[in-house]
Amino acid sequence: MSDPARSVEFRGGGFVAQRKRGVGLMVFIVLLLLAEWGTRTGFISALTLPRPSDVLLTFQELYQSGMLFKHLIPSLTRLVIGAAIGATIGITVGVLIGLFSLARAGLVPLVAAIFPIPKIALLPLFVIWFGIDEMSKYALIAFGTFTPTVVATYAAVDNVDRTLIRMGQSFGLSWRSIVAKIVLPGAMPGILSGLRISLTIAIILLVAAEMLGAEYGIGAYILQAGSLYDLERLFAGVVILSVLGVVVSGVIGAVERRVLRWRV
Amino acid sequence: MDLRLDNVSHHYGDTEVFRDISLEIPSGQIVCIVGPSGCGKSTLLRMLGGLEQPTSGRVLQLGAPPQGCLNPLTYIFQDFALLPWRSVRGNISLVLEDHKMTPKAREEIIADVLARTKLSEFADALPKQLSGGMKQRVAIARALAVNPAVMLMDEPLSALDSQTRELLMDDLISLWTRQPFTAVYVTHNLAEAVRLGHKIVVLSRRPGQIREVVSLETPLAERRYGDASLEAQQQHLWGLMRDEAAAADAELLHV
Ligand SMILES: Nc1ncnc2c1ncn2[C@@H]1O[C@H](COP(=O)(O)OP(=O)(O)OP(=O)(O)O)[C@@H](O)[C@H]1O
Ligand SMILES: [Mg+2]
Repeated sequence: MSDPARSVEFRGGGFVAQRKRGVGLMVFIVLLLLAEWGTRTGFISALTLPRPSDVLLTFQELYQSGMLFKHLIPSLTRLVIGAAIGATIGITVGVLIGLFSLARAGLVPLVAAIFPIPKIALLPLFVIWFGIDEMSKYALIAFGTFTPTVVATYAAVDNVDRTLIRMGQSFGLSWRSIVAKIVLPGAMPGILSGLRISLTIAIILLVAAEMLGAEYGIGAYILQAGSLYDLERLFAGVVILSVLGVVVSGVIGAVERRVLRWRV
Repeated sequence: MDLRLDNVSHHYGDTEVFRDISLEIPSGQIVCIVGPSGCGKSTLLRMLGGLEQPTSGRVLQLGAPPQGCLNPLTYIFQDFALLPWRSVRGNISLVLEDHKMTPKAREEIIADVLARTKLSEFADALPKQLSGGMKQRVAIARALAVNPAVMLMDEPLSALDSQTRELLMDDLISLWTRQPFTAVYVTHNLAEAVRLGHKIVVLSRRPGQIREVVSLETPLAERRYGDASLEAQQQHLWGLMRDEAAAADAELLHV
């Protein structure tokens, strides 16, 4: 009993996602400073990586010449319309698969068959079907958003707590009420995390579609810069895409925090 | 409105769950069902509420449900089954929204059941903010809101600690004394059965059959925690259960 007292070692904690503001920003800043320092000292040659400050200057030019919005607005329009079509159809089909065994039996193999097709490879087909202009781009983006959304949605519907559904039935709720008030809200977390992935895929496909045939758009801008080996402009375009990705992720995060406040 | 089970038997594939159960659930009484694990108590309760169909036999509803009854057969679940994304008020409102009534009438029902279950202050809380006992009180309030003819309760208190259980049992007794309701109450806990039951049905091990039906005459309000005559009844029930439970255990060893 003469052993010295020692406090019990803490070994709990962790494994919980916490909000830490500013850390993400710090990572970006540190990487940029490293690149700036490397290119200035000659540690990184100008051919390998453009200097971040030069990219910033290019970006400024782009903004001042008014070309930024000339490229950005058509791109955003394509992204929003295409992703909205794809996500809407995807969520609808996913819910149908989740609710009806017949839809599941018929559509799950089909979805599995089209999931691994690189959608970019189908662009010529879409051009034939929908014409060279905007429709084919919407279709490509929508198609690419559709498949991951379907899979995420029906998995989310499958995961809704069955005891809650039995509860709804035992209180005599109508089928519509059960779907609208129990199944859909219960599937919401899974649907939102599916959207995180499918919207990112939509950005990738946006660029691909614009590279193949568009006068304006971020993809077209990057393609032009790339064919001239103009690394500053290429990177300015890439930065826009990255910012777009961060914005999409941020928007979904904000929606999740609002809609999923009830989660423990 | 009474309920009657008429020679009900049920199989799941090759497993015979229970055999030839006939039972009367008279209105205004609480019928407790006890029995060893796996003897089909939950299945029986699902049949009473129409969530499952028996292989043979009939589940009968005798007489019409009383006026103003929105959902004659209403469950209270062991795991509460509250929608986590709805507040206490929203969870109760859920079961009223499919019925034609003015928003004002709905608000009145909600306020009334919240007051009866002493939850008025927590109307806007989300389930995650409530303790287990409070969650079950919300589930009870939700069941009361549809003015059920028969309440079907499957081990409603077994997810709770023993103090909360005592408190909720007192709540149930005072709810019943103020306004007698009909209930079928499945439990593992013999103390609960002798506190709440007018009739206690003891089932045998699987395939479940009725071993004995014990009737208790002491009015609910006069039953006290640790009452000697209740204690004696509980001993008697435990005698019946012990043999069944031991035999069920021994069977498991032989599979
Ligand atoms: N959907 C089902 N399909 C197949 N077998 C089932 C199903 N539901 C229950 N069973 C079986 O039927 C038997 C009775 O189950 P039930 O849940 O009704 O028992 P119980 O008396 O409520 O048990 P406990 O006291 O553990 O809650 C068990 O052996 C169980 O394995
Ligand atoms: Mg059970």
